[in-house]
Amino acid sequence: METGKGQTFMTQPLVQVENLKMHFPIKGGLLGKTVGSVKAVDGISFSIKKGETLGLVGESGCGKSTTGRMILRLLEPSDGTIYFEGKDITKLSTNEMRKTRSEMQMVFQDPFASLNPRHTIGKILEEPLIVHGVKDRRERKQRVQELLEVVGLSSYHASRYPHQFSGGQRQRIGIARALAINPKLIIADEPVSALDVSIQSQVLNLLQDLQKEYGLTYLFIAHDLGVVRHISDRVGVMYLGQLVEISESEDLYRNPLHPYTQALLSAVPIPDVTYKQERVILQGDVPSPVNPPKGCPFHTRCPKAMEQCSNIRPILKELEQGHHVACHLYD
Amino acid sequence: MAEIVNNKSPLTRQPAEDTAISPWKEGWRSFKKNKVAVIGLLIVVFFILMALFADLLAPYSYEAQKLANKHLAPSSEHWFGTDEYGRDILSRIIFGARLSLWVGFFSVAGSVIVGLVLGLLAGYYGKWVDMIISRVFDILLAFPSILLAIAIVAVLGPSLRNALIAIAIINVPTFGRLIRSRVLSVKEEEYISAAKAVGMKDGRIIFQHVLPNCLAPIIVQGTLAIASAIIECAALGFLGLGAQPPTPEWGQMLAESRAYILQAPWTVLFPGVAIMLTVLGFNLMGDGLRDALDPRMKN
Repeated sequence: METGKGQTFMTQPLVQVENLKMHFPIKGGLLGKTVGSVKAVDGISFSIKKGETLGLVGESGCGKSTTGRMILRLLEPSDGTIYFEGKDITKLSTNEMRKTRSEMQMVFQDPFASLNPRHTIGKILEEPLIVHGVKDRRERKQRVQELLEVVGLSSYHASRYPHQFSGGQRQRIGIARALAINPKLIIADEPVSALDVSIQSQVLNLLQDLQKEYGLTYLFIAHDLGVVRHISDRVGVMYLGQLVEISESEDLYRNPLHPYTQALLSAVPIPDVTYKQERVILQGDVPSPVNPPKGCPFHTRCPKAMEQCSNIRPILKELEQGHHVACHLYD
Repeated sequence: MAEIVNNKSPLTRQPAEDTAISPWKEGWRSFKKNKVAVIGLLIVVFFILMALFADLLAPYSYEAQKLANKHLAPSSEHWFGTDEYGRDILSRIIFGARLSLWVGFFSVAGSVIVGLVLGLLAGYYGKWVDMIISRVFDILLAFPSILLAIAIVAVLGPSLRNALIAIAIINVPTFGRLIRSRVLSVKEEEYISAAKAVGMKDGRIIFQHVLPNCLAPIIVQGTLAIASAIIECAALGFLGLGAQPPTPEWGQMLAESRAYILQAPWTVLFPGVAIMLTVLGFNLMGDGLRDALDPRMKN
């Protein structure tokens, strides 16, 4: 990959997540006692370097969106720490966090739900500027025009309402809103999964162009492996609230180590009729995150499960340069 | 194909022929198509104009008694006849529109404002705030509304102003609950998450994002509530708990004349028709607004 290579000096990661957990309590009974918890994210650690794109993939419900929202503290983590530029942001007060939010922004999955239907595009794009203290009205208007052009829309679109735009255009507006206050990190929560395939590539290219131009760092959450491969420098694979494998993107696609990653990749269609693909079909369903299996979370469905897999939870360890995997096969 | 590749963003080439269509404008468009609703609006506008220009329109004073003219049947001189004190009923109805609409608008405005604040707090902050506010609403709703209004007027003393206050109080839980439920659903929308992600404060999120998206059902419910407030005001007037004589309040006019329903039916008929028409107007308009503004009714 181009990005990251050639940088010989050690750089502090922009984001570092350590043992992050999100347990949603389940209230039950007459008195609303906590009877259990949904372990949406159960102890994950990773870091994102400045200027790179980390892809996060996994099935629905594996906790990838929850992870993204916790980094922005839209959800309060149950445990663990998040360092942003070396500063622990889990301990910041609501007020301090609000200021820090200008450094990190989010692009949402559903472009139809993420724009307030009663505001014009101009107002939607202007609001982050107002909130973060751009006082001069003319300056704000100018910035709105600028943003619209950056994402490939026109200045006259500012006076329109969200329902007058198509999905792809709305997602461009969502991206423009995220860019408004010059953030360093953008968390993209499945930004293209609600769009047509033809529009997907336009939006992905836009995201890549913006990254080059403004030196942005992305956490790119998706369930589409093809999309993630296209955009990511490194990819993390999540299963049932845990990170099972994380590596350089090319490395992961060429040489997947974890049986779950292997199964996922074998499901990606390859546009070549002569290519005979060996599909790994997984049996059964994802276990409930309320009661995750003991040991390795994947052992109930793993084709290569061994005895120790059901007892000991494997830890993420570096097997090759920059390629981490959590699996007993490589002990 | 080549054209699209060459152009970095084909979207920019669209001409700016159509301008912004706000959701409110769109609502007005579909409201206009609904004939029945427009009739309702016209009735309401008719009564509002009547109330505003009562001084110019009324042929006689509403309180000048002329006992010689007692119980005159409708004629070219007195279109709606006269009552037992010889007062012109048409003039009294015209001035009565002022009172009824005044009570209707202001009692609803009062309950909307209080209901809005309580509903927003309960819905947005949830937890114990919601517990307390919702239980208060439950207590208020446990009483039959007209009985509660009578009780409140009994405490405050009978007058039109106190009737207005009583009607406002009994309508608060209806609006509060409506707003609370809207807030609960709007709060989960992604644009609220987006607003939080941008770093907005609660106040800004509530007033700029939550509130505007709760307004449509409030406008609908508000219009319908004006209709029932007018009826409740008339009911309190009828019971002698609202406007006091000689105020030309429609309900109170009904009460004064009910003894003469056989000798002089017009004394009862016209105030009754006035109440019915205004209420009908507001109800038709409210139904039309519901169709126009409620997204669930759109296909």
